[in-house]
Amino acid sequence: MTPSPTLSPSDVFVAMMARDVRVMRRELPFFLLRTLMQPLLLMLVFGFLLPKMGNIPQAYVGTLFPGVLALSIALSSIQSVALPMSVSFSVSKEIEDRLLAPIPTRLVALELVVMGTLQGLVTALVVFPLGKLIIGTIPGLALADFAELGAVMLLSAAAFSAIGLFLGCAVAPQHIGLLFSFVVGPMIFFGCAYYPWRGLDVVPVMKYAVLLNPLVYVSEGMRGALTPGVPHMPLLVVTAALLVMLGIFWRIGLNAFMKRAVG
Amino acid sequence: MAIIETRALRKRYPAPPMRRRPGARPSGGTAPSEVVALDGLDLTVGAGECFGILGPNGAGKTTTIGILTTRVRASGGRATVAGFDVSTQDVEVRRRIGVVPQRPNPDRSLNVLENLVFHGTYFGVSRHESDRRAMALLDRLGIADKADAKTDDLSGGQAQRLMIARALLHEPDVIFLDEPTVGLDPQARHQLWELLQGLHRDGRTIVMTTHYMEEADRLCDRLAIIDRGTLLACDTPAGLKAKAPGATLIDLTLDGPAEDAATRGRTVAGIVRTDVTGNDLRAYSDRGGEPIPALIRAAEESGRVVQNINLQKPSLETLFISLTGRKLEA
Repeated sequence: MTPSPTLSPSDVFVAMMARDVRVMRRELPFFLLRTLMQPLLLMLVFGFLLPKMGNIPQAYVGTLFPGVLALSIALSSIQSVALPMSVSFSVSKEIEDRLLAPIPTRLVALELVVMGTLQGLVTALVVFPLGKLIIGTIPGLALADFAELGAVMLLSAAAFSAIGLFLGCAVAPQHIGLLFSFVVGPMIFFGCAYYPWRGLDVVPVMKYAVLLNPLVYVSEGMRGALTPGVPHMPLLVVTAALLVMLGIFWRIGLNAFMKRAVG
Repeated sequence: MAIIETRALRKRYPAPPMRRRPGARPSGGTAPSEVVALDGLDLTVGAGECFGILGPNGAGKTTTIGILTTRVRASGGRATVAGFDVSTQDVEVRRRIGVVPQRPNPDRSLNVLENLVFHGTYFGVSRHESDRRAMALLDRLGIADKADAKTDDLSGGQAQRLMIARALLHEPDVIFLDEPTVGLDPQARHQLWELLQGLHRDGRTIVMTTHYMEEADRLCDRLAIIDRGTLLACDTPAGLKAKAPGATLIDLTLDGPAEDAATRGRTVAGIVRTDVTGNDLRAYSDRGGEPIPALIRAAEESGRVVQNINLQKPSLETLFISLTGRKLEA
């Protein structure tokens, strides 16, 4: 049969999104369990228990809360893209059905990044109210500029989905554990999620070295948008840095994807 | 009318030592770090044909299918499917083909029916129409009762049927099957053969790779025999069998080197050719099994004792052995 002449790549793109949304809705409880445990435990211990014990000043919570949100977005976006992709290319080959669909192959990669972005944003939208519920009053929280908050969250989720695309294509499934120990672990601890970047004034070498870490800009951007009283990088710097990270990782991620997709 | 054409198709893979494929040979001296999977392959498949690509492991079968289905980039030459170039018009090619992979790769997050319905939507078939076609296909393939099953719960044969249903759902012009019966039990294999014969009767173009002679002989209108990336022969199964030298293969295993026996055997009436591998003597006979007593005498005269005799009727297998010097089914 001659195929329908009206089918455009965007129709195929939307059909793939529909499949992903169906699966995401069905697996929502597992998705939330996977992505929420760590941030909620962090908030419970460092945002609620330790300040209550008097071991940490209450004001620290204003630094921690945006940082943990940043962490949630970053981890959720990376995992949503990298984990299934690594398995799909190497073990299950599930991705081949998409690679054989009538759509340019790079759009298959774009669709995965868009879905990763969406999942990062969903995580943030769930962590935010739950975190606030656990912590109670967050000193300095000012939800004034929703456009700024939305832009930082969106760019962060997109940049980390692109990082996920790259890692998912570059790392074999049996090395995913190593990836999380040796790449994601240090990224979290040197990503200014638990302290403001300005705080690193005390160790100047580290202050400039961490600028290579994309999480720094997410943490700083979230602070600027949520608790502007805490020292943070200007929005312009954060936006520009995240755009550059997105551009770089989309480019190298797409290259890696195309290499895996077309032999 | 040709629906698939390849001209001087070449594919070289970079070959780190660990990934070097058995059977593929290093390219001639230019770059030792490469293996040549396809070395100037010319194929033409007519619309409505059931076309088989036959060859041992590493012959280049999967690479050929990979290029024709746009998943592997050719290093040289040209290939078209339904008139579209596989490298520059890949989206158009993909709209017109259905692919059954060597190993089932269903979407494991979806159930059986959803696998088909979403696949249909990737090809612009409406949900409603996809649903209707999916149920009809599952019914035809005898797995309608598995519509709501998880794909992990399917047996090997059922998963393979799901892959066939998926390849058919968008009603492609050409169906590609890469070693479709590997890993299936004999019963599932015969069911699959009947299914493919049915599709062929419907007038679909089918291109399949296999290294099972019987499968190729039963299903295919024409066969291409390839080895080491080149086309050795291409004809109908009957035409190929007629090309086998001599007609019957007589294999003798001796108790020592067979060279002397082979020299004597060549003079036996009815023997047209002999090959020697160590203690094994292979004689091509154009008088069936008649020369066997004379061959045994020839061996004994050379001071050897015959330990085993095997006789093979003329078949694609004997042709393949005469073309490549090795057996097809490893």
